[in-house]
Amino acid sequence: MIEVKELSKHYGEKVAVSDLNFTVKPGVVTGFLGPNGAGKSTTMRLILGLDAPSHGSATVNGRPYREHDAPLHEVGAMLEARAIHTGRSGYNHLLSLAQTHGIGRARVQEVIDLVGLESVARKRVGSFSLGMGQRLGVAAALLGDPATVVLDEPANGLDPEGIRWIRNLLKGLAAEGRTVFLSSHLMSEMEQTAEHLIVIGKGQLIADTSVEQFVSQASAGAPVRVRTPDAARLSEALAGSGARVADADDGALEVSGLAAEQIGEIAAAQRVVLHELTPLQVSLEDAFMSITKDSVEYTQTAGTGVNS
Amino acid sequence: MSATTASPQITAHRGERSRLSFGGVLRSEWTKLRSLRSTRWSLLVAFIAMAGLGPLIAAVTMAHWNSLSPVERATFNPIDRSLGGYRLAQLAIGVLGVMVISGEYTTGQIRSSLMAVPRRLPVLWAKLLVFSAVSFALMLIAALISFYASQAIFTQHHVNVTLGSPHVLRTFVGTLLFMTVTGVLCTGLGTIIRSTAGSISAYVGLMFVLPGISAILPSNISDAINPYLPSTAGTGIARPFPAAHAFSAWGGFALFCGYTVVTVVIAAYLLRRRDA
Repeated sequence: MIEVKELSKHYGEKVAVSDLNFTVKPGVVTGFLGPNGAGKSTTMRLILGLDAPSHGSATVNGRPYREHDAPLHEVGAMLEARAIHTGRSGYNHLLSLAQTHGIGRARVQEVIDLVGLESVARKRVGSFSLGMGQRLGVAAALLGDPATVVLDEPANGLDPEGIRWIRNLLKGLAAEGRTVFLSSHLMSEMEQTAEHLIVIGKGQLIADTSVEQFVSQASAGAPVRVRTPDAARLSEALAGSGARVADADDGALEVSGLAAEQIGEIAAAQRVVLHELTPLQVSLEDAFMSITKDSVEYTQTAGTGVNS
Repeated sequence: MSATTASPQITAHRGERSRLSFGGVLRSEWTKLRSLRSTRWSLLVAFIAMAGLGPLIAAVTMAHWNSLSPVERATFNPIDRSLGGYRLAQLAIGVLGVMVISGEYTTGQIRSSLMAVPRRLPVLWAKLLVFSAVSFALMLIAALISFYASQAIFTQHHVNVTLGSPHVLRTFVGTLLFMTVTGVLCTGLGTIIRSTAGSISAYVGLMFVLPGISAILPSNISDAINPYLPSTAGTGIARPFPAAHAFSAWGGFALFCGYTVVTVVIAAYLLRRRDA
């Protein structure tokens, strides 16, 4: 359980996180979404006591992270994967972390096997690929068999097989009743892994909701695809009822501003035959884009490609 | 890297629930120190310098003994000549002292370390204890080798001394103490400055450049500030006889320890307060 209350963080003039309030509950995978620079990593660092909040508080399992007797058993975290000395072997990195808490070598070997790094664990971390570094970060996070797991972009640099592996791992952790909190910019990945979503933009909370609700909310204004042999007459009738009608490439109409039911009734009243009437589902990707488009820090400017 | 899609072993098999302890942090820092190549190289350089330079200089001096001037022979100092390797060894110890912490900042390791020990200060204390103990023990062995090998060479012209001779034991212990405290000072500098290059520059500036600048000042000013320079204050205890314009051996060493304590206190304050 992670509780964030009125959490703010300024770096000089720049506001990284502003008055965040949310709770991450055990038993489900909670996704943490936001565009680059939205404050996801900062929030995670504040939860883990690496940065001090300017205002407000973050607690893990009822206490600030710093105040736990055995922090590694409370929270296992992977922030940037490369928070590791590149000159040390993966085994010795994990061993040095384990030793602080008196965790034995057997457990170190266990997490190495768990993430599939047996063959390279004795090599220097500097020689690791991005994916191997990511797995080592996950191993470190699981070392203390923690009640809460916090992972920043865990799928980064993993191949498709690795992504499936981490997805199953995270779901497994949540099913065991642990709190699982992960950030990702891969929306499609989040859709398949997370049940709950916390979305931030420009350091502020945008949504705290289930994945389903998030998508249906964003889909509320989504268009309905209509296919009819009598497109011209239907378009006219729909436009008369206040809908916006656009022609799709394949000859179908995309109607916005009216629900599928209303479109069907108008068509029936006009005695227009419909071949298709499909409310378009918005993917998490699109939902995310539409909800955060006002809070993207760096927007590409269309045009010349020559930037100052 | 093998495929791991099978149901993983997430839960640890442990009896008693382990917890964070200072003893554990000490073991962790020992693992970190011994598992880096840079540590092994730095300590090897320090060891060779401390153990080898004395006997080498002793052998060269004995070979040229007959060509030395009578004054040189009369003022020959068999203590300093046998332990003079610290002049090089201190640099390796200082650089390693910096890297013990700056290496964590430059690689990002510090965030892993501080997540495991979120109260932070135990990490600094453990680093200082482990590194001091290792460098003291290693330099003790090297200094013994250097001292006895050099004295054996000095017997050629009967200018050898023993640990029981005047000033010898104090110089011997003083050399070890100076190098050990230098390591502590450098870990403090590394914690404050965080970058390896910056910290090593600060160390070299304090200990090797300041004396050079002092030397080109008008002598009445230079003589007045000289005793307070960290290098003068610190090395007094490693010299058999006090230098001109310096405090007593132990007085100077106390001042050097004072500088080090101030540095470490600032380092501890910043480590605790700064965002990692």
